[in-house]
Amino acid sequence: MTYLIDRRINGKHKSAVNRQRFIERHREQIREAVQRNLRSRSITDTSGGERITIPTRDTNEPVFRHGNGGILRHVLPGNRDFVPGDTIPRPRGGSGGGGSEGSPDGEGMDDFVFHISQQEFLDFLFEDMALPNLTKRQLKGVEEFKTHRAGFSTVGSPGNIDVPRSMRSALSRRIALTVAKRREMRELENELAALTESGGTAPSPRRSEIEQRIRELREAIERVSFIDDFDIRYRRYEKVPIPCAQAVMFCLMDVSGSMDQATKDLAKRFFILLYLFLSRNYDKTEVVFIRHHTSAKEVDEEEFFYSRETGGTIVSSALELMQNIIASRYPSSQWNIYGAQASDGDNWPEDGGRCLTVMSEILPALQYFAYIEITPGGDHPLWQTYKMLRPRFPDRFAMQHITGPADIYPVFHELFRKRQS
Amino acid sequence: MTQSERVRQHIDRGSEWTFQILEEYEHEIARIARDFRLDTYPNQIEVISAEQMMDAYASSGMPINYHHWSFGKRFMQVENSYRRGYMGLAYEIVINSNPCIAYLMEDNTSVLQAIVIAHACFGHNSFFKNNYLFRTWTDASSIIDYLVFARNFIRECEERHGVAAVEAVLDACHALMDHGVDRYKRPYPISMEEEERRQLEREEHLQRQVNDLWRTIPTATKPDDTSAVETERRFPAEPQENLLYFIEKNAPLMEPWQREILRIVRRFAQYLYPQRQTKVMNEGWATFWHYTIIQKMYQEGLVSDGFMLEFLQHHTNVIYQPPFDSPFFSGINPYTLGFAMFRDIRRICEQPTPEDREWFPELAGKDWLDAVHFAMANFKDESFILQYLSPQVIRDLKLFAVYDDSDEDVLTITDIHNQAGYQAIRQQLAALYNLGDSQPNIQVHRVNIRGDRALILRHDMHNGRPLLEEEAKEVLKHLHQLWRFDVYLESVQDGNVVASYRCPVF
Repeated sequence: MTYLIDRRINGKHKSAVNRQRFIERHREQIREAVQRNLRSRSITDTSGGERITIPTRDTNEPVFRHGNGGILRHVLPGNRDFVPGDTIPRPRGGSGGGGSEGSPDGEGMDDFVFHISQQEFLDFLFEDMALPNLTKRQLKGVEEFKTHRAGFSTVGSPGNIDVPRSMRSALSRRIALTVAKRREMRELENELAALTESGGTAPSPRRSEIEQRIRELREAIERVSFIDDFDIRYRRYEKVPIPCAQAVMFCLMDVSGSMDQATKDLAKRFFILLYLFLSRNYDKTEVVFIRHHTSAKEVDEEEFFYSRETGGTIVSSALELMQNIIASRYPSSQWNIYGAQASDGDNWPEDGGRCLTVMSEILPALQYFAYIEITPGGDHPLWQTYKMLRPRFPDRFAMQHITGPADIYPVFHELFRKRQS
Repeated sequence: MTQSERVRQHIDRGSEWTFQILEEYEHEIARIARDFRLDTYPNQIEVISAEQMMDAYASSGMPINYHHWSFGKRFMQVENSYRRGYMGLAYEIVINSNPCIAYLMEDNTSVLQAIVIAHACFGHNSFFKNNYLFRTWTDASSIIDYLVFARNFIRECEERHGVAAVEAVLDACHALMDHGVDRYKRPYPISMEEEERRQLEREEHLQRQVNDLWRTIPTATKPDDTSAVETERRFPAEPQENLLYFIEKNAPLMEPWQREILRIVRRFAQYLYPQRQTKVMNEGWATFWHYTIIQKMYQEGLVSDGFMLEFLQHHTNVIYQPPFDSPFFSGINPYTLGFAMFRDIRRICEQPTPEDREWFPELAGKDWLDAVHFAMANFKDESFILQYLSPQVIRDLKLFAVYDDSDEDVLTITDIHNQAGYQAIRQQLAALYNLGDSQPNIQVHRVNIRGDRALILRHDMHNGRPLLEEEAKEVLKHLHQLWRFDVYLESVQDGNVVASYRCPVF
């Protein structure tokens, strides 16, 4: 007897648990690999997951086996012109002509390569980071509800009748209403039995009295209805607002002549990291791009990163625009507001005071503001200005230097590393 | 019969298969297989997708298995190479069970499905049912039950003792799996209910016995001469080759559930052991039969010329043996060797040459079907090659023997495919399939029961071959984790200890 079975329909992802165990076990190495990869390649395409390479020695499963050395006798196919007694130089790489056993350390040197999904990649990327001041502002829970079970009620629609519960209450009602009658009936039956025992089935006044009473009781018990309206229980559902935390991220960038494309790319990578990070923490994340030279403008992403401008730099113009946008569109009672500013540090010398004033006004409304200065070094005017802000807002204002692509992740990591509260 | 009628008779209709076509193939192949006296378990043919095939790869071909990170690792390895096109997946996987479960890939063409049915469902299947190793060592009807038992047991352990604790034991067991088989003792098959009942009994009894062995409270007997002898008593009385078994029964501080896990891994190792001993024979037998059966189908007009051309191409790929200096060479192809040998047995029976009459007087001119069935049933790779590797096959494959002594700078060719070399090549090739030689021979030598409870293992070096040091040290760590007291390993050559390892290191 032969059975033909189509198994294709069931059992997908059977190895998921094992795969998860592997990743769990090699968490440390994978995280290193993720960070190593970040330095060498663009952060911009994190959409497709990540190829992870970890050294095989870390994943090795050791067994007792032979090492090199000793005497081996191989038998190999495909002889061409060897005759007995010929000698051949020892092939490099160990135990000789690739006999049927192979050389055990042959592949031990390779790296173990595998893929992790985008989700897993981001998990590793942001593993030990946290958003500071992650107090959810106003829960914007008016739009969406979800229903979930919340006990039972005595009113409801017929579709929600809970049969076991209803039957249970019907049963308890029947028991409660008949218990006295059944007890009396049992006693009378016993007495009847005793009468029959002593005097046979001969009719007697007491006997007919008892029989009459038993009949009445039986009818009374039967009159108690099997199920009644107030036995019925309905499953109760409750509507719960779904908390919908939302964040807006302001990207501020100096696009004056001193910012070249390479510097902008660095800034872009930083912004993208921040965006990925925010969108993992909030259900909804909006981004506002503000670029500025002497005047500021809200632009779309394309223009933000790729259009060129020249001219001087007045940072306060961008900060003022940000303040206006917050006032008009993102009330801080409803939005978690984050700001990230990238600049090469230039600013109009007389603008410093104005910047301080505006920043002092908007910072209390923000969750966090990160300033990164992309310069080879040295203290530029904007850095000097912002330095005065830091002591006043230590928990929501941060600034860091970035010199090359390799710095981005460490700096980001430093800005958002989990702090002991 | 007209041309059109003959065409309609063909089972294959284009390269796509349907379940109806599979049934027809199976029906015809089963009929032909019966004519050739192939005795099989009932077949359970399951069509699976590529991902499911990779799952099967990952858990060493078992349809059900407990969870372990190493299976995840294997899955990711296979998945990675498959997705990038470095490797193809097998067309089938077959499980030694009753009914015999065969997985067929859905991507296979119609022709491949026919090959695979003949190869796995009748070739491998009849091998599992009739080869003496499988008959003595494995019980096809209880394996699925046992797998279910094992998975549930290990899951319960994980719930009760935590994943990490269970994983540590499993890691250690996997490291010792190759040394967890009985090579000479005969196991007896058990069903699942029995297994569960006996597991409880074992837990109680075993702990008592172990405690007895390690008893430190002195007994009430008065000290006399016998107690002095008793102190000298050697334990174990004889060296033990099955390390996992020895630890399961004797480790001083192990919990009952840990012993049971050892036992599960040990049983799997034992179940898989015959497959490792019969790689050449098993594949050779299956290849021989898919070739013979499909030739017969063609002769009967059941399949078309196009089918046959595609079949021959697949078949040739399967039995291709790259020469030793080819970049594709990775050892002797078991399909090639096994197929060549079984076909040669048939040739010797049917058309013996004078040379064959001299080498195989008992085969020449006899019934070939009797001869191949006898060879299949009563040998393992080592003895099969020793018995049946003919000069003809040695010449066809142009086998030659190389002597490789690590003390010398050059390798020496000792024998080639000529009159003087046949016998030597046959012996050396057979020796290569002796698992006892290719794996290090490590046995429990002594346990210091009166002293520090140290476990002393001994590696008897074969041909002066040392252990791979870094891995041996890692395995010792695992061993130490199970034994919990000092573990020593000595490599011994001609009675002298040439290398020794210990864990923990000072």
